[in-house]
Amino acid sequence: MPDIDNQRAPEIPGFVETATLVTPRPEEGSKDHTMVLNMGPQHPSTHGVLRVVLEIDGETVIKLVPDIGYLHTGIEKTCEAKFYQQVVPLTDRIDYLSPMTNNLCYCLAIEKLLQLEIPERAQWMRVLLNELTRLNSHLVWLGTHAMDIGALTVFLYTFREREEILRIFEHVSGQRMMTSYFRIGGLALDPPLDFFDSVQALIKILPEKIDEYENLLTGNPIFINRLKNVGYLSPDDAIALGVTGPPLRASGVDWDLRRDMPYSSYEKFKFEVPVSSEGDVWARYIVRLREMRESVKICQQALDGMPEGPIKADAPHVVLPDREKMKTQMEALIYHFKIVTEGFQVPAGEVYQAVESPRGEMGYYAVSDGTAKPYRVHMRNPSFATLQALETMCVGRLIADVVAVIGSIDIVLGEIDR
Amino acid sequence: MGEALLTKQAVFESLAQNVAIQALRAAHPDAVTNAKFDRGELTLVIAADQIRAVCRTLQTAGYNFLEDVTCVDWYPAEPRFQVTYHILSHKLKERVRLHAMVESIDPSVDSIVPVWPSANFYEREVWDLFGVRFNGHPGLRRIMLPEEWEGHPLRKDYPVEGYR
Repeated sequence: MPDIDNQRAPEIPGFVETATLVTPRPEEGSKDHTMVLNMGPQHPSTHGVLRVVLEIDGETVIKLVPDIGYLHTGIEKTCEAKFYQQVVPLTDRIDYLSPMTNNLCYCLAIEKLLQLEIPERAQWMRVLLNELTRLNSHLVWLGTHAMDIGALTVFLYTFREREEILRIFEHVSGQRMMTSYFRIGGLALDPPLDFFDSVQALIKILPEKIDEYENLLTGNPIFINRLKNVGYLSPDDAIALGVTGPPLRASGVDWDLRRDMPYSSYEKFKFEVPVSSEGDVWARYIVRLREMRESVKICQQALDGMPEGPIKADAPHVVLPDREKMKTQMEALIYHFKIVTEGFQVPAGEVYQAVESPRGEMGYYAVSDGTAKPYRVHMRNPSFATLQALETMCVGRLIADVVAVIGSIDIVLGEIDR
Repeated sequence: MGEALLTKQAVFESLAQNVAIQALRAAHPDAVTNAKFDRGELTLVIAADQIRAVCRTLQTAGYNFLEDVTCVDWYPAEPRFQVTYHILSHKLKERVRLHAMVESIDPSVDSIVPVWPSANFYEREVWDLFGVRFNGHPGLRRIMLPEEWEGHPLRKDYPVEGYR
């Protein structure tokens, strides 16, 4: 190989000299050798449009600042301009992986304002659909998390089962993702005839499918090395930083709203709350997988004990009448007309309703001033709070670990930005 | 759920055993200006200048988890802004809601980030969307909207369609 350096003009510096010129060697103790790296907003591992500004020293993260708001659409402001029943479709769009949980939380809050009694069948249907939503969300999380780590196959497997769940959603509500199936006062429609059979068929195969994912991941040495002892979060930090849901339970705090502050008749179901004390990314993986198995159990109990009866509350001024009644009864037609054109008035007051979403505590704070439009609707979203813990989990670790940690907290940017 | 209790006196008499009320009456006798127990939820109106001390007392009393900080704009009434805190106790399985009423001219209230670091994002959100300042916040910048945005969209005098 010819010696290139010997043929150059003496005034032009060579490669080696150029390199030493532009990268000054850091002196001991100086801070000049750190570098600011911009990750996102279009980075594939940020699950949406999250921008993270990293300050790095070589490969080590020394500072991390999340920058959010790219998906801000002002849903809270929009809610104030709609009738109470028109807000339900907006809530789907907040967290597009768990639309039913959002529907449920909003409906429960307004039902509390109205002090409505919901029939048992509607409550059980809500539980069943919420657990299917949890399975749906966790399947997406598992697929994308494994893909971030480099295990591409699992994604195809989990999306295969997720497709089945989406088909059930489409069957019951007419929509795959933006379901809007719950109404203030109950459900939109009776479930279709073969709905329970298709759910039964799905949850019968799910445990062995979860075994299949575990066969691919749980014993996989690369996966273990990337996850174990990464992104540690202590229980005190988790509580101080507002972390909820699986990351909180993976840090050893035994708290689940379904069991501790039950809503929608969750108190009638028997299930375990998986807790791990390790607090790392691996613990969050294990906790979520066990949660999926518990969700299957809850679905089975809901199917076995599904009560008969009405699916809407007996409140004609709030709940739209049946189609049949509208054709035969004048009263029903008038109520229908009034609810659609001028909404229904909700007594003044304020409520906060929290439910356990797949990502943690989702809360709706609704304030009414006695009119047909909400005075204020505020959503407390789990991902928004959990994102604050990202820096604590990542500082001192490698850049590659940031990807693993973001995957493990399972954020949805739609609900962070709202 | 029972009847709603709408006055401070009624709440203090009926819920004398409540841990939050007991702790606050002992530590800050004049901090609670009003109280309400409605639809099974306890609301305490706190003098805005004592909010940080009240939060610290509640934290010591076992209300360990801050769920949410948000705001309601009661335009054109005064005091205009109602900064709302939801605080949960994992041990008691109980929730308490605090209100701090803030006037419309140069609205500001003490930050509770020193008590609960998780208030950081929530308070930035309230500043961004309502324009209420939090004194002592470590980095009070806009969080949802761009830095150069004018106005605070969740205020009631801000049009739903925005300014065009």
